[in-house]
Amino acid sequence: MNGKSHIAQFLMLGAVLCLGILFLQPLWKITLEAAQFPGGLDLYIWINKISGNDKHIIQNINILNHYIGMKPIHPDAIPELRYFPWVVIGMMAFGLICIGVNRPWFYLSWVLVMIGLGALGIYDFYLWLYDYGHNLDPNAPIKIANMNYMPPLFGEKDLLNFYVRSYPNWGGVFLGLAILLGAGAFYLKGKRVYV
Amino acid sequence: MRTRKVNMIISLVTIMGGMALVVACGQRNATTVIEGDAAEQVYIAPGEYDEFYAFLSGGFSGQITVYGLPSGRLLREVPVFSQYPENGYGYSEESKPMFNTSYGFVPWDDSHHIELSQQNGEFDGRWLFVNGNNTPRIARVDLSTFETVEILEIPDVAGLHCAPFITENSEYLVSGTRFSIPIPQKDVPIDTYKENFKGLINYVSLDQDHGTMELAFQIEMPGFNYDLARNGKAVSHGWSFLTTYNSEQAHSLLEVNASQKDKDLMAIINWKKAEEYVAAGKFTERPTSYYHNLMDESTGIAHSQEMKMTRILKPEDCPEMVYFIPVPKSPHGCDVDPSGEYIVGNGKLSADMSVYSFSKIMKAIEEKNFDGEIEGIPVINYDAGLHGILQKPGLGPLHTEFDERGNAYTTFFISSEVVKWNVDNLEILDREATFYSPGHLVIPGGETRKPEGKYLVAMNKITKDRYLPTGPELAHSAQLFDISGDKMKLLLDFPTKGEPHYAQAIRADKVKPNSKKFYNIEENAHPYATLGESKTKVVREGDEVHVYMTAMRSHLAPDNIEGFKVGDKVFFHVTNLEQDWDVPHGFAIQGATNAELLVMPGQTKTLLWEPKKVGVYAFYCTDFCSALHQEMSGYARVSAKGADVPLKWGLNETLRENQEQAEKFYEQLENKSK
Ligand SMILES: [Cu+2]
Repeated sequence: MNGKSHIAQFLMLGAVLCLGILFLQPLWKITLEAAQFPGGLDLYIWINKISGNDKHIIQNINILNHYIGMKPIHPDAIPELRYFPWVVIGMMAFGLICIGVNRPWFYLSWVLVMIGLGALGIYDFYLWLYDYGHNLDPNAPIKIANMNYMPPLFGEKDLLNFYVRSYPNWGGVFLGLAILLGAGAFYLKGKRVYV
Repeated sequence: MRTRKVNMIISLVTIMGGMALVVACGQRNATTVIEGDAAEQVYIAPGEYDEFYAFLSGGFSGQITVYGLPSGRLLREVPVFSQYPENGYGYSEESKPMFNTSYGFVPWDDSHHIELSQQNGEFDGRWLFVNGNNTPRIARVDLSTFETVEILEIPDVAGLHCAPFITENSEYLVSGTRFSIPIPQKDVPIDTYKENFKGLINYVSLDQDHGTMELAFQIEMPGFNYDLARNGKAVSHGWSFLTTYNSEQAHSLLEVNASQKDKDLMAIINWKKAEEYVAAGKFTERPTSYYHNLMDESTGIAHSQEMKMTRILKPEDCPEMVYFIPVPKSPHGCDVDPSGEYIVGNGKLSADMSVYSFSKIMKAIEEKNFDGEIEGIPVINYDAGLHGILQKPGLGPLHTEFDERGNAYTTFFISSEVVKWNVDNLEILDREATFYSPGHLVIPGGETRKPEGKYLVAMNKITKDRYLPTGPELAHSAQLFDISGDKMKLLLDFPTKGEPHYAQAIRADKVKPNSKKFYNIEENAHPYATLGESKTKVVREGDEVHVYMTAMRSHLAPDNIEGFKVGDKVFFHVTNLEQDWDVPHGFAIQGATNAELLVMPGQTKTLLWEPKKVGVYAFYCTDFCSALHQEMSGYARVSAKGADVPLKWGLNETLRENQEQAEKFYEQLENKSK
């Protein structure tokens, strides 16, 4: 074994640790700004929960959303929040196996599975946002023709009196970094074999 | 006593002459010249905060008001001793017990002196205490919620003016009677004043963790009028100083008969000694009656307890506890400087002001330099305790506060001015006219060991032409001065509510961080709290009906209720389910003969409604809470007494049945058709 092979293993270990950070930091942050809410309302989407900048934020957002007939957010009713953590733990275990096996194909398949899962996760997040934004109660007190309230997946948007910003948070950044580190491990290991 | 009778006419002539002199040499114009940057100094830009909170007593309004300094903006009125229909204080079932006294339900009082809690001679921003003058009481306001949470009645006193002066670690509130009365109360001719009337000085102890008040002991004093007090600080900690007037013991036409002697007295009390006597059991217990009303933090419900015993200390049984020292003619204020060494006794009818030295008083006591005694209380030789005399400072000195640079500031009622003078060398440094006739004045921390001599507010008793006229009754006026320089500088006039007597001001950052945004609903232990819309219900118990109602933007639940009957006592227990700042909901119903409720997020409040007429009555939210506030309403159906209409209630659905009532209803229907 030479030093380079160790670097690949270290990179993969870094990738596994980055995934661990998903349990400590939110993936995404949606901020709602309006005149009546100095400082804004911050909503954080984690791998296993939804939280806010104070513990009543979900209740307060739900109270506002009921005017436009948006479904209340009940984190308990979102099954992804229950099984996503297991997917992440599985990928961490898979990462550890990769380190043990230390073969380029293992690294590559880990990276491809991660990219696939990440894309699916983002698509799933998009579906939820679409559902919340479009699937409105027909008896809502406030109805505006052709208006939907889907927050942006990535970026900023005006929604009635709110200005909404939606960007990855630290968890999202570390998820991306995990994929990059995994790719780096594959690259280094692959180079050694084929060059 | 070595007092000399002065002819009343001569003293009046002196005052009138003095006034003429002041008018002649001053001839002050009511539109004073304001220097260029005054506006900038008091301007608080939109979105910015004031530097200080000022708490002003409301006098005959019974309440207190909260102002920002230096802007003079009214931030809030806190109801204390008077019912307040604006939010239901004194009308809601939870707050009614706050007004219980040994005389029954007393929904008004005259609030005078604000005292903020202290630690080590500095304001700590936890509680505020204020006295009720007429039905002797002391209230405590929690500064995290700005709500009155406790009222303690003081027994066997009359006109609790000399209160509630706090000690430097919030050990006691010293509270003396303004009027002496027969103790215990009895049916005697008024002209037996000298033999039958006594004055009590009361020591109310404070629980250091919760602020709860307890009447620790009362000192029975000669039948004078006890007017104002201050406690020692630093070197003089452990002592209280109280001015008295009417040492003549007059009981009629006091303006003349209590103004005869050219010296009255200041009482000097060693309360640490008094504590020792209490601990040693040197008190007598006397049956009495007074009420202690305390709000439970977890339910928000006030409970009253009648207390039936009090502990009296008599100076003749407790040597070295109480002394007197003469003070020039009819003193009012009695103020201790930040070092605790100097005590200012303002004789309001005297041309001079006496400043006493605590160390000299102690020396005189040690050397027994006394000029006789009154009812067993030694009278300290006036000259032996005197630091010096402030010569001819103005007319009608009332109150003094201090800055941190060794200066005192005294209000002069008759000559209508504030005079700045040096406490140590008794030199007059500056005088500024006020409009008109100031009573108290306040400097932030001006009675503590740590004054912040940046601003001074004079609370004027007369308003006249300061503002646009509003008929015969005018708002009192307050005036803000910049006192940071050598010369005082008038910055601002602002109207006040009621009649502010004393005020205290505190740096905003000692209060603001602790200000509660809402009540945590998980801690709501109110027995009628409804913690969720699914738990709303209506329960009948004989003639009493309890409505477990919730409020949330933008509906009340239930909002349709049937089955009330004429003659019912209906209790609407409204729980505000919100958990966000500044989202109160109100509740009002037609035909209620009391008031509305304002319910803060997380709170439960109860309104009693006694329907008198058959019909359908609307109820609604009174606090504009959301875009659909106007829709936040409902109906209550009232049927005739003895009608068969069952209780039903609901929200956005067919009225839900009360199973038992419904069954009874259908059973009766069946019986009828048989
Ligand atoms: Cu409302």
